[in-house]
Amino acid sequence: MGSTSSTLLKIPNVEELMQETGFSSAHIIRLYDRFKALDKEGRGHLCPHDFGAIKELAMNPIGDRIIGAFFSPGQETVDFNNFVKILAHFRPVDKDRPRDPNSPEPINSRSNKLKFAFQLYDQDKDGKISRDELLKVLRDMLGMQVTEEQLESIADRTIQEADLDRDDAISFEEFRKSLEKVNIDHKMSIRFLR
Amino acid sequence: MPSSPYLCLLRAVFLVCFVNPLIQGLSGNSVVVQDTRHRLEPNLTGLPIVTFEWHHVQTPYLVIVWVFVAALAKLSVIEVTHHVSSVIPESGLLIIVGFILGGIVWGADKAQTYKLLPTTFFFYLLPQIILDASYFMPNKLFFSNLGAILIYAIFGTCWNAATVGLSLWGCYEAGAMGNLDIGLLQFLLFGSLIAAVDPVAVIAVFEEVHVNEVLFILVFGESLLNDGVTVVLYNVFDAFVALGGPRIDAAEIIKGIVSFVVVAFGGSFLGVVFAILLSLLTKCTKHIQIIEAGFVFVVGYLAYLTAEMLSLSAILSITFCGVCCQKYVNANMDEKSVTTVRHAMKVLANGSETMIFLFLGITAIDKEIWVWNTGFILLTLLFIFIYRIIGVFLFTWMLNKFRLVPIEVIDQVVMSYGGLRGAVAYGLAAMLDKDKIPEKNLMISTTLIVVYFTVILQGITMKPLVQWLKVKRAAHSDLKLVEKLNNRAFDHILAAVEDICGRIGDNWWTRGWNRFEEKYISRILMKPKARKNKDYLFSIFHKLNLEDAINYVSEGERQGSLAFIRSEEAANIDFKKQFGSEFADTMPDIMADMSNYELGNISVTSIVKDTIPSVSLDIHVQDGKNAVEDTNAHHLLQQHLYRSRKNHRHKYSRSHFGINQSEYEVQEIFQRTMRSRLESFKSAKMGVNPAKKITKHHKKELNHQMSNGHPEDKGHLYGDEVDSAVGSETGAVNNTYMRDTYTTGAGIENPAFMPEVDSFTHSPPWLMETEMDMSVAPSQRAQRRLPLTPNRLRRLAPMRISNCSTDSFLMADVSLSLEEHEEHPQGDHDEM
Repeated sequence: MGSTSSTLLKIPNVEELMQETGFSSAHIIRLYDRFKALDKEGRGHLCPHDFGAIKELAMNPIGDRIIGAFFSPGQETVDFNNFVKILAHFRPVDKDRPRDPNSPEPINSRSNKLKFAFQLYDQDKDGKISRDELLKVLRDMLGMQVTEEQLESIADRTIQEADLDRDDAISFEEFRKSLEKVNIDHKMSIRFLR
Repeated sequence: MPSSPYLCLLRAVFLVCFVNPLIQGLSGNSVVVQDTRHRLEPNLTGLPIVTFEWHHVQTPYLVIVWVFVAALAKLSVIEVTHHVSSVIPESGLLIIVGFILGGIVWGADKAQTYKLLPTTFFFYLLPQIILDASYFMPNKLFFSNLGAILIYAIFGTCWNAATVGLSLWGCYEAGAMGNLDIGLLQFLLFGSLIAAVDPVAVIAVFEEVHVNEVLFILVFGESLLNDGVTVVLYNVFDAFVALGGPRIDAAEIIKGIVSFVVVAFGGSFLGVVFAILLSLLTKCTKHIQIIEAGFVFVVGYLAYLTAEMLSLSAILSITFCGVCCQKYVNANMDEKSVTTVRHAMKVLANGSETMIFLFLGITAIDKEIWVWNTGFILLTLLFIFIYRIIGVFLFTWMLNKFRLVPIEVIDQVVMSYGGLRGAVAYGLAAMLDKDKIPEKNLMISTTLIVVYFTVILQGITMKPLVQWLKVKRAAHSDLKLVEKLNNRAFDHILAAVEDICGRIGDNWWTRGWNRFEEKYISRILMKPKARKNKDYLFSIFHKLNLEDAINYVSEGERQGSLAFIRSEEAANIDFKKQFGSEFADTMPDIMADMSNYELGNISVTSIVKDTIPSVSLDIHVQDGKNAVEDTNAHHLLQQHLYRSRKNHRHKYSRSHFGINQSEYEVQEIFQRTMRSRLESFKSAKMGVNPAKKITKHHKKELNHQMSNGHPEDKGHLYGDEVDSAVGSETGAVNNTYMRDTYTTGAGIENPAFMPEVDSFTHSPPWLMETEMDMSVAPSQRAQRRLPLTPNRLRRLAPMRISNCSTDSFLMADVSLSLEEHEEHPQGDHDEM
């Protein structure tokens, strides 16, 4: 128990962080250990190349985008608090825990999970997934298996399905609408973060 | 219409009434008849013209008649179901029809001649149902819930068997059943056979109520695997009963448990082996695609029989064979074979299912098997119900500790209530050995009552229950590419986040398996070509496109033409917008074209399915439709247009869809096209008025007639040529006609008549090469058709490329868009 509290003490604003993310102290400690393991040079923050060192992640077709999501625009580093906040997107929604109606929307709400996914597509941050952006993601994910021509057709069709205002791009609202039937809480949650 | 079901029923009844006494009468005298024939044969005075050879065909004939009767019963049930479906599920109705038929048979024979024999059931009726269920198992859903399914299937079944058996024994000891000759082991044996939750009954009910997919897969998967487990358990207890109580010691019990594990997992393993075999087989059927569909059935059945032979679990074997092979088999086989398998399997499974339920009803009408023991029967009903509920809640409570998405209480209630017993339980009961179990008939009648009770009563109440509890129903949504795409993205995201967290989670395993599968298993089991195209997203895309194409065609046919395209409310095809964006400037023209464009007799199918050079757009239809067209144009068209032979088209539309086999026709069109192009090319080069030349060359008298009688018509048809060659003397009038030419004569988009197409005149070699590459000279009309179809259809083109490995479609597309862009701006220009 002593080691637990001592680890927690090292983290600034830990109470606030737990409140905001909903993680238990056990989770925070585990993530803190991981954070330190990733932060090989001990600077107290992570750079993109720290993430790049994770072997499996390098093989992930959209790994770069996900790494990018950890860094707010213009910043080269991410500290522990933000690191945890990003990961909190993937905490499963707990139905039993009564939520204070006045409290802000939790990070792991459906809408926030979707936003996280959306920004992976929307690399130029204009609030819309353009055809080119979608095509890039498709190219990453489908890779060699389909021809460029087919990729384009798939991109067109996807946009066509989601695009409601006919501007050949998917806005967040359209994105949310198109995924209305998908159980996001299920698809964007990781069991061990519960 | 409402009379038809009753008619069918009547016919079935008649058949049974008529055929049955006949059979009876004949089978009674069979020996005599044969004797008389033998006796008569030596002193045969003359050649018999026809003889009545009943015995020759008796067995197969009876089987087929019963199959036929079952089909009729199903037909009548389905027809009746229109009115009663909301109340009684189909399986229940079939049992009731079975009662009626059984009553008729019994009335005729005073005994039940026809019964569902365990051998028939397990060897001929059950395998295809299990194969069907497993082959169409939603794989991903199944494997992602496999843990829960296995828990329910293995532990749940054991729990049910043990508790029901023990409780019944306890009640028996307490004296609730009077004097019976049953020991503890027999009770456990009975408990194990009554624990079989029947997939057939469950699927029949659950498919009708459309519960959510997790609930469905849990109940479905459980009932499927549970059958296998039940049979294994039954065999173990059967062996114990044979061994006799006193001789059972700890060692025997351990052996029993080991045998349970070996039989269950051995059967599953055998199924996987056969799945691999099947996948390998379909990999090699490149040149004999006709038989590959058969392999699925043969190998599936072989898996079943082999497991049976090795006394492993046959049901588990065929289940895993179906579940594991589906991905590779579907990828390896031709699309047509896949469809064949799908339909044949459904036909077989449906037939078996019908037979089973019907005979479950028929079997009941037999005095011999009915032994009534109120205590035993009622307590059994009570216990299976109660212990099912307890079991489900107990195991769900344990599972929910580990599940990402817990199973809700309402779902648990439905799961408990969905414990329908079916034919497997009856089959096992009928297999009991009368010598070892004196109360066999009591067990059979109890099983039958349990089956009727659960299938009919629970089946009837299931739907209201689901509605009343407001169980999450399956969101009835269309397949959406955007959803699938995002699912893929989510998988990657989750895997990445797990990596970042540095912990091994579910996604890590999934991904690890996927990678391994892709790297090794697919390589071995899949055709290289199939592997290249097997990307899931792409196959979804492909499927959607196919759907659209079919919708498009059927919509077109429904309306008698493709004229609906111009209507805004063509809801399912919103190609207009895309189309508009691509051909923004030419759009109005095309739409205008479409409005005048009547396809007439040519079915849309022929256009979409094959690019037959069907230049022969029916002249008459056009003629009638457009008053603007006069007889001369008609003549001209008739002379110049290639008319494909009707008989030819008929022939290959029957046998081969995609391949144009009529060499003559193709060549002829090709030659004609080439000739005319050459001419227009020549004429353009030499600066001669092409109109003159062509007409002179082709039909002199026509030209003559035209220039004499109707000078406008010349302008009409050759408007553009005149424009380019002679100058703009005809002016605006011609241009408007020019438009009309596009409009009315989709068939005349032949360079011979339309040499205004500059691309042709300037670059014929390129185009010629294209044409030669294509080897099937697509008629200009066929080409013209393409851009007019919705964009989605055009998207099919790349797909075909991947299949046919020729670039013909691509080329066609390119040339088209070129043509399109060059043509219309010119028209616009002229208009100005």
